[in-house]
Amino acid sequence: MTMQASPQSETGESDAGEPETGLLVEAPDAGEPAAGRPQPAEMPDDAPKAYRLKSRRREAAETVVPPLLLGGALIGFWYYIAYGLLEESRRFLMRPPHQVLEVGFLDSANLSDQLSALWSSTQVALIGLFIAICIGFFLATIMSQAKIVERAVFPFMVTLQAIPILAIVPLIGFWWGYGRTSRVVVCIIISLFPIIVNTLFGLLSAERAMHDLFTLHGANRLTRLRKLMFPAALPAIFAGLRISAGLSVIGAIVGDFFFGRGNAGIGQLLQRYANNLNGEELLAAVILSSALGIVVFWVFGWLQTLIIGKWHDSRQA
Amino acid sequence: MKTVTESAAVKFDGIGMIFPDGTEALRNVTLSIDRGEFVTIVGPSGCGKSTLLRIASGLLEPTEGAVEVDRKRLGYVFQDATLLPWRTVRQNIELLTELHGIDSSERRALSTAAIELVGLTGFEDHYPKSLSGGMKMRTSLARTLTLKPPLFLFDEPFGAVDEITREHLNDETQRLFKSEGFAGLFITHSISEAVFMSTKVLVMSARPGRLVESFEVPFSYPRDPDIRFEPDFAMLSGEVSKALRGSHS
Repeated sequence: MTMQASPQSETGESDAGEPETGLLVEAPDAGEPAAGRPQPAEMPDDAPKAYRLKSRRREAAETVVPPLLLGGALIGFWYYIAYGLLEESRRFLMRPPHQVLEVGFLDSANLSDQLSALWSSTQVALIGLFIAICIGFFLATIMSQAKIVERAVFPFMVTLQAIPILAIVPLIGFWWGYGRTSRVVVCIIISLFPIIVNTLFGLLSAERAMHDLFTLHGANRLTRLRKLMFPAALPAIFAGLRISAGLSVIGAIVGDFFFGRGNAGIGQLLQRYANNLNGEELLAAVILSSALGIVVFWVFGWLQTLIIGKWHDSRQA
Repeated sequence: MKTVTESAAVKFDGIGMIFPDGTEALRNVTLSIDRGEFVTIVGPSGCGKSTLLRIASGLLEPTEGAVEVDRKRLGYVFQDATLLPWRTVRQNIELLTELHGIDSSERRALSTAAIELVGLTGFEDHYPKSLSGGMKMRTSLARTLTLKPPLFLFDEPFGAVDEITREHLNDETQRLFKSEGFAGLFITHSISEAVFMSTKVLVMSARPGRLVESFEVPFSYPRDPDIRFEPDFAMLSGEVSKALRGSHS
């Protein structure tokens, strides 16, 4: 029993089973704290456990229940629009949820179309994002090293950000053709700015006293960058990455609308379904593309917790 | 004055500092500190105390006068703990030895010794975010101790912690001073802190900062924390306080 309890206590206050099974009576876990922890005696162990357990379950319920309720209400509203507001002949505009599920997701031909399109778009988004990250890190690093470079480059970055992507669509097509390369270019242009701005902001965020410390002990430029500026920049870098990751998905879909040659992406599929009045498939494709955005955003959030969660309170971000 | 076998740990000779915006921060500061001396400068806010430390450390060039100091292994304790949040206590403490290119096994030994010296054993793997203000400051002290610096510069290091913690840290600092035998230059607002730790207390005037009065502190080390309540201590503190008030006008 004690063997069972110790790995659990590592993960937090999850000795959840105890109160119900009544193991407490047989296993006084008095010797427990000696195991891993040295001196720091935190929190009295026994008394608040039940209370904490309860409040934790309650907390979980409080975070899960409201969005579930709202989600249910939205689905209800969806049914209401489909059956209450739209007469039979116009129902193709908004198919009810179960039909979207049946036709859009459960039909194997449709599903494989959708998944392959989704995969193609994912590739475009990831390649674009990767290139944007490389360019962004590189530029931000140089800008952080020399004020003059920052002054020179920054106005152009703002300009790039301000260009409406639609305005340069013909140019992109003219230079890179109407296939995948151009889609990737759109992704890069659209996701570059947040990476540069956040990385630069992060690199410059280390306090003066910390720089003084490095100066006093003779750190050179590279050491300063590696041991001070770059780690200090990580929280801001991740904030930028999450924004850019979402944008790169948008870029991939927008790119599809204009540069549709080659492997069809989810954007082309959306257009085709809309043209053919395939309401169910259209809604399914919309759901899939937002799912892609959510997954990408979530993956970067997860990476953030994994890499800097130990020392940084990322909940503020 | 006792005779010194080696040259002073730090020597300020007629230091004057006028910033580019015309502010005169320091005027004609002459001061020499030997090993085994712990000198504290008290003075009103903004009188240029910290500027003097920045000049000593080489972070700032004085506009007048000269400093003699060995900057190879300088101990500088900042106002904040200035710990790198992504490093654990041990990694933070090893930072300076890392920057000085000391190899890892020796680094390990130095940091272990420093951790023991400031009583942080058991907290090596904690990140700064889970430390109290006092523990952060002790980590910062330990980081400086790893270099075994002959001169410690303290820039109001205990200003941000609560009274009790501050007294503990004062106590630990004077112990370290005794056991490590460095020369200390300490900047503070607190008269009781100054008198408690130092061999000598200097009063600096309001801007431009000048050293206007000097008090030798006769108490022997190690000093008992309760010395703060002795009449002699109170009397000396009173005199420093009076000089400080005079320096304002």
